[in-house]
Amino acid sequence: MDTIIDAFFNIDIMRQATPLLLKGAWVTLQLCAVVILLGLFGGLGLALLASSGSAALRLPAFVFIDIFRAIPPLILLILIYAGLPFVGVRVPPFVAVCIAFLLNNSAYFAEIFRSGIKAIPKGQMEAARATGLSPAQAQTWVILPQAIRNVLPDLLSNVVEIVKLTSIASVVSLSELLYSANMARAVTYNSSPLVMAAGLYLLLLWPLVRVISRFQRGLSISH
Amino acid sequence: MTAAQPLPTLEITALEKRFGETQVLRSIDLNVRNGELVFVIGPSGSGKSTMLRCCNRLEEPTSGAIHVSGKPMLGIPRKELDRMRLQVGMVFQGFFLYPHLTALKNVTLAQRKALKRPRAEAEARALEMLDKVGLKHKADAMPSELSGGQQQRVAIARALALDPKVMLFDEPTSALDPELVGSVLKVMRDLREGGMTMIVVSHEMQFAREAADRVVFMDGGVIVEEGPPEEIFGNPKSDRLKAFLSRVSGEAA
Amino acid sequence: MDFFNAFLNPEIIARYLPALIRAVWVTLWISVLVVISGLALGALLAGLRAYQKRWLSWPIVLFADLMRALPPLVLMLVLFFGLPSVGIILADWFVLYLILTLVLAAFVEEIFWATMTSLPRGQWEAGAATGLSFLQVLLHVIFPQSLRMNIPPLVNRSLTISKMTAYGSVIGVKEIVSVAGSAQAFSGSATPLTMAALAYLIIFYPAMLLSRYIENRFHYEH
Ligand SMILES: Nc1ncnc2c1ncn2[C@@H]1O[C@H](COP(=O)(O)OP(=O)(O)OP(=O)(O)O)[C@@H](O)[C@H]1O
Ligand SMILES: [Mg+2]
Repeated sequence: MDTIIDAFFNIDIMRQATPLLLKGAWVTLQLCAVVILLGLFGGLGLALLASSGSAALRLPAFVFIDIFRAIPPLILLILIYAGLPFVGVRVPPFVAVCIAFLLNNSAYFAEIFRSGIKAIPKGQMEAARATGLSPAQAQTWVILPQAIRNVLPDLLSNVVEIVKLTSIASVVSLSELLYSANMARAVTYNSSPLVMAAGLYLLLLWPLVRVISRFQRGLSISH
Repeated sequence: MTAAQPLPTLEITALEKRFGETQVLRSIDLNVRNGELVFVIGPSGSGKSTMLRCCNRLEEPTSGAIHVSGKPMLGIPRKELDRMRLQVGMVFQGFFLYPHLTALKNVTLAQRKALKRPRAEAEARALEMLDKVGLKHKADAMPSELSGGQQQRVAIARALALDPKVMLFDEPTSALDPELVGSVLKVMRDLREGGMTMIVVSHEMQFAREAADRVVFMDGGVIVEEGPPEEIFGNPKSDRLKAFLSRVSGEAA
Repeated sequence: MDFFNAFLNPEIIARYLPALIRAVWVTLWISVLVVISGLALGALLAGLRAYQKRWLSWPIVLFADLMRALPPLVLMLVLFFGLPSVGIILADWFVLYLILTLVLAAFVEEIFWATMTSLPRGQWEAGAATGLSFLQVLLHVIFPQSLRMNIPPLVNRSLTISKMTAYGSVIGVKEIVSVAGSAQAFSGSATPLTMAALAYLIIFYPAMLLSRYIENRFHYEH
């Protein structure tokens, strides 16, 4: 029992690591803010393309979405960070992460928006067009608001996924939360900083996970 | 109970049911003889469904006793309850066929799993029951391919296949389009001819007049009045029943 | 051309193809193991939770919450670096397998639970009224329906988690990313990284199309 506490919950080491980890957490938060916004806008744009009437717009959008859902974000990130210098482009870790996340998150957000748009009955579009709105206006003011409301739980789930995903930025030495914790672990030969990082992620994400479960709650089971 | 009287098939004694603060059933006594059709009427919220659901303990009674062919439904172990429920068939307003199974499989499932009948026997029995409700030709159809009336008849077959001692019907035709009601009522009439013991909660007063042995009027969680259909409909005694009947016939007109 | 030399150098492709193919197998079999055990464990947990016994539900909900809120990479590092110091040494691939299985199980449990509780009450009652035991209703009535309604999210979640096998590179599992990474370091070329990305495309692009097909196909009506 003592060895477990010493290996995972060592208070002294956690105290030492606190400043570093808080700094890391702050980087993680900033990173999240940037990549989530990028992903939302990228995804919305892609979704509109993928839901458009013209196949010339739709097809490339679908191919983009499927390609970047198929490639793990980690290899995408490494390819951008370690690959681009070979053609003379050097990108700082933060930018590399932003690019990789933009590609990956846009694809995932696009799928969510698209399914929301698809689920709106055709009659809505027809009704809007009948009142003299252009297709773009109808899409913006009638379809999208309903679609977004319907997929809010999925959007929230995806936000949680993205926050967790930012931990892969540690692989390209961006000093976010996991990177900082892993540094502290290497220096102290003790896993407590990792456990502490886990605690910080929990602090941030547990409430969101609870909210998501609430969304999904149905009736009760009868015995 | 004296030896001369035959055992009631279903015996409800001093049944009470509370949901939290609200008392939904107060001291219900009702005996149903073998082969009898008891028809239950009453305003919405009077506790008709709750009474039926207490009979097979989909609702847990607060107090009282329920016996099926003399055997208790309450205070028995879980396993025994599952066995007792086989003796009480139930038909719901919403059918509740299993949407992932064919009509035939809907009827064989409990035979196989609860009664442990061999497959061949269960299927033979299921086909016989589907035939009885006029749907043998739909044995392989999925519920989504059946009309509401057909689904309800399959649901009746599902219950019948388990050889229940008594069948409970909770507004079996209320969810149906008017033109489909007749087919379900016909099945129920056939059942009655065949000697099945039944409790029917329904608004089909015409059916009650023709087929019921006894009509029970519930209001506010109590049985206010009961008697043969001609008495209840032709010569109601309590004011509440009179009011109810005039309201119902008003709606019908 | 510079670009091709850097990212798609034929000589380097030829040199590292065999190693990469071996890595693809590692990725594939770990993924398959994860999906099978994750689905099974998740379904089991949802089934147990249906009994609505507090002492069972509580730990299950806690488990599902933790596994959904914590980044899998963090969990892996905690296990990989932490366990040896309490005398437990697990193979790198097993740590990867274990964590991904637990994470998938958590999501699967939540997916099943959400539909099990939103099926009409009458489905449970119809089963009970025909004398089926609770377990029988669960197995023969509720579970098959939940499964059918949930095929798209289950497939999607399984694919997402399968792609997380890439995290194995961080703890030294010889899967695609780690093999490509060391090949890149040895060869001084980005080509192995491109090969890795293409390998994932070859595996998962068809899977994405399949999941699209399934999504359109399994619009399950009630
Ligand atoms: N699970 C429950 N929890 C709380 N109250 C309930 C529950 N089920 C039923 N009730 C209440 O019990 C009363 C009787 O309901 P019940 O469904 O038995 O009436 P009913 O006679 O079948 O009505 P209807 O003709 O509308 O079907 C109603 O006031 C209802 O609100
Ligand atoms: Mg009712």
